[in-house]
Amino acid sequence: MSALLDVEELQVTFNRTAAVRGASFRVERGETHCLVGESGCGKSVTALAVMSLLARGGQRSAKKMSFAGADLTSLSDREMARLRGNRMAMIFQEPMTSLNPAFTIGSQMAEVMTRHKGGSRGAALDRAAELMGRVGITAPGMRLGQFPHQLSGGLRQRVMIAMALMCDPELLIADEPTTALDVTVQAQILRLLANLKRELGLSILLITHDLGIVARVADHVSVMYAGEVVERAPTAELFRAPQHPYTRGLLSCVPVPGRVQRDRPLGSIPGVVPAIGPGFAGCAFRSRCAHADETCTRAIPRRRAGDAHDYLCRLEPDWAELQPA
Amino acid sequence: MTAAIEVENLRCEFRVHTGLMSAEKRVVAVDDVTFKVPAGSVLGIVGESGCGKSTLARLILGLLKPTAGTVLVDGKRLFDLDRKARARLIQPVFQDPFASLNPRRRIKDIVALPLAAQGTFSRGEIERRVGGILERVGLSAAMGERMPSQLSGGQRQRAAIARALVLEPRIVICDEPTSALDVSVQAQILNLLADLRRDLGLTYLFISHNLAVVEHVASEVAVMYLGRFVERNETDALFRKPRHPYTQALLESVLTPEPGKGVPDIGLGDAMPDPSNIPPGCRFNPRCRIAVERCRHEAPMPMARPPRGMVECHLA
Ligand SMILES: Nc1ncnc2c1ncn2[C@@H]1O[C@H](COP(=O)(O)OP(=O)(O)OP(=O)(O)O)[C@@H](O)[C@H]1O
Ligand SMILES: Nc1ncnc2c1ncn2[C@@H]1O[C@H](COP(=O)(O)OP(=O)(O)O)[C@@H](O)[C@H]1O
Ligand code: SF4
Ligand code: SF4
Ligand SMILES: [Mg+2]
Ligand SMILES: [Mg+2]
Repeated sequence: MSALLDVEELQVTFNRTAAVRGASFRVERGETHCLVGESGCGKSVTALAVMSLLARGGQRSAKKMSFAGADLTSLSDREMARLRGNRMAMIFQEPMTSLNPAFTIGSQMAEVMTRHKGGSRGAALDRAAELMGRVGITAPGMRLGQFPHQLSGGLRQRVMIAMALMCDPELLIADEPTTALDVTVQAQILRLLANLKRELGLSILLITHDLGIVARVADHVSVMYAGEVVERAPTAELFRAPQHPYTRGLLSCVPVPGRVQRDRPLGSIPGVVPAIGPGFAGCAFRSRCAHADETCTRAIPRRRAGDAHDYLCRLEPDWAELQPA
Repeated sequence: MTAAIEVENLRCEFRVHTGLMSAEKRVVAVDDVTFKVPAGSVLGIVGESGCGKSTLARLILGLLKPTAGTVLVDGKRLFDLDRKARARLIQPVFQDPFASLNPRRRIKDIVALPLAAQGTFSRGEIERRVGGILERVGLSAAMGERMPSQLSGGQRQRAAIARALVLEPRIVICDEPTSALDVSVQAQILNLLADLRRDLGLTYLFISHNLAVVEHVASEVAVMYLGRFVERNETDALFRKPRHPYTQALLESVLTPEPGKGVPDIGLGDAMPDPSNIPPGCRFNPRCRIAVERCRHEAPMPMARPPRGMVECHLA
C-alpha cells in the first residue's frame, strides 16, 4: 500500500530565500514519523506547506505531495480547507496561538465538528466530552465551560489533541507539541499520543528538536539540516548506525543521564548553521563537517544504507556498522 | 572555610491580585530553604516550571528582598555591600541572551560595561581585559565589533558569559543558560562553562529543567518542589539512588535517546502544583503515588541521607 503522506522534493521560499530545499519523506499508515532538526532548519515550514498554511509570501513547489492518494498540489483552497481539521489535523507548540481566548473550550471543540461533519451542537459537545476523557482530562464537563487561560499548559495541550481528534483524522501533524512543557507533563502527553496512535490507527508526523523524543516514539525518522532531509532511517537503525556526519554529531551532543562522564567534555558540532543564499550548491553542512573536502561543493548523491535508510553525503556507507546487531 | 553561598531559612512571598472581586492571594515562591554551596563546587537545581528556581536565583543575587531568612555570599550579606562590590563578587547568566544584551551597543562595549561602571579601570586596561575575556569565551575581535542582532544564539550566550566574567567574580548564577539553545550549541556552551570553572576556580549555582544537563555539570543537585528543597545530595548518589518519589518521577520522565523503550508511565496525574494554594501535610501528596494517610496532614521534616544529602518524605 502507498504511504499516507508522500512528499518529494518540497521547496519553500520566502522572497527568494529558501526555507525548505528539496525535502523528501513519507509517512506510512499507522506509524509515527519524526522530523528532527535544530531550530530554523525548516521543520515548521515543511508542516505548514503540507497543510497549505504557509504565511503570505511563502512559495511552495514539490515534485510530489500526496495525501491518501490525492494530489495536494492540485487541490483548490476550498478542497484543502475541507481536508484540514478533518482528515488531517495539526497541533502546535504553543496551544494559546491556536485557541481563541474569547470562546469556551466546549464551543471551540464543537465548532470543528459541526463545520466539517454537520450534526447538532449537542452531539458535538458529547463527542468533545468523550474525547477529553480519552486524553486524560478529569471532569470534562467542567472543562468544556472554561476559557483557555483557565487551563494549565499541559491541559491546554491535551485539549488541542482532543480537538484535533474531533473528526477522526487519518493524519495528525504535531509541531513541537511538548517543547513548552515540563518534562513530567511532556512524558504524559507523548504517552497519550503513542496510545492514541495504537488504538485509533492514527498516523502521526511529529516535529521535534529532541532526539530523546525521537528515540522513544518514532517508527521512522527524517533528519533535517538547512532545509534538506539529510538522512532517513527506521528509528533503531538511525540510533545504532547513523551515517550522515551531521546525525552523528547531533547524537554525540546529547547528554544521557546515567551515562554522563562529568570530567569529559560533551561531543559538540563546531560553528553554526550557515545562511543559505540563492545559487548555493553542494553540501550545506560542509562548513561544520570534519570530513569536508572540495567535492562537497558539488552535487551530493543520496546514498542507500538499507531498505528504508538513505542519506545525503559524498561518503560511502559504513557497512560494518550497518550489519544487523 | 566560608561557603561561597550560604542560605538560611530563606522565604519569599509575593502578593498577587487574581481578579476584580477576588481577595489578594499569597504566592509562596521560596518556602524556608537552607543550604550551603562550598567554594569551587556546582550546585544544580531542578524542578518544574514555577517551583521557585528563578526566585531563589534572584534572592541570592540580591535582586529581590527575602520575606524572611538570610543569604550570605562569600560570608557577606549582599545588602551590606554597594553595587560595585556586589558586581565583583557574584554575576548572573540568564536564559535568553537576546533579552539580556542591549540591542543598540556593540558586543565589546556591552562586555566592557561592568568594568567601566567600577570607575577604577583605565581605558587601556578595559580594552585589554575585554579582549582577553572575549578570546577566552571563543569570540573573535571581529565579533566584538558586531551588534547583538548580528550574532547567533550561541554567540550571544558567549557574550553574556564574557560580560558576567569580565570582573573576575568568584560566583556565577546560571539560570537556564542553555535552554534557549540547540543541542549542538548547548554542548559548546556547557563545555565552555566547565573549562572556565576549572581554570578560574569558579562556583556555580546552575538552574536547569534538563536533568541530563544538570547531571553533567553539577557536583551536588537539589530538587525543588513548590518552593522547597525536597531532596538534595551529591550528583552521583542522587541520580543513582533517588529517594523522593518526586525525584524518581522527574528522572523517569527524562526521555533518553534509547529506541524501543517507549514513553514511561510516570503516574503523576493531572493535578498541577499551585504555589498560591500549597496543600496541607506533604506538599507533594496530591500527586504522590505512594502517599499514605499521614502524608495528608503531617509535613515531612528534612532527614539526612548519605553521603551528604537530605530528603523530605515520610517514606524515603
Ligand atoms: N514578581 C512576582 N510577583 C508575583 N508572583 C511571582 C513573581 N515572581 C515569581 N512569582 C511566582 O513565584 C513562583 C515561582 O516563580 P519562579 O520564576 O521562581 O519559578 P521557576 O522555578 O524559575 O520557573 P521556570 O522553570 O518556569 O523558570 C511562580 O508561581 C511565579 O508565578
Ligand atoms: N513567514 C516567514 N517569512 C520568512 N521566512 C520564514 C517564515 N517562516 C519561516 N521562515 C524561515 O524559514 C526557515 C525555516 O523556519 P522553520 O520551519 O520555522 O524552522 P524550524 O525547523 O525551527 O521549525 C527559517 O530560516 C525561518 O527564518
Ligand atoms: S557531503 Fe561532505 S561536507 Fe557534507 S556531510 Fe558529507 S563529507 Fe561532510
Ligand atoms: S511524604 Fe508522603 S506524599 Fe510526600 S512524598 Fe513522601 S510518600 Fe509522598
Ligand atoms: Mg518550528
Ligand atoms: Mg525560571
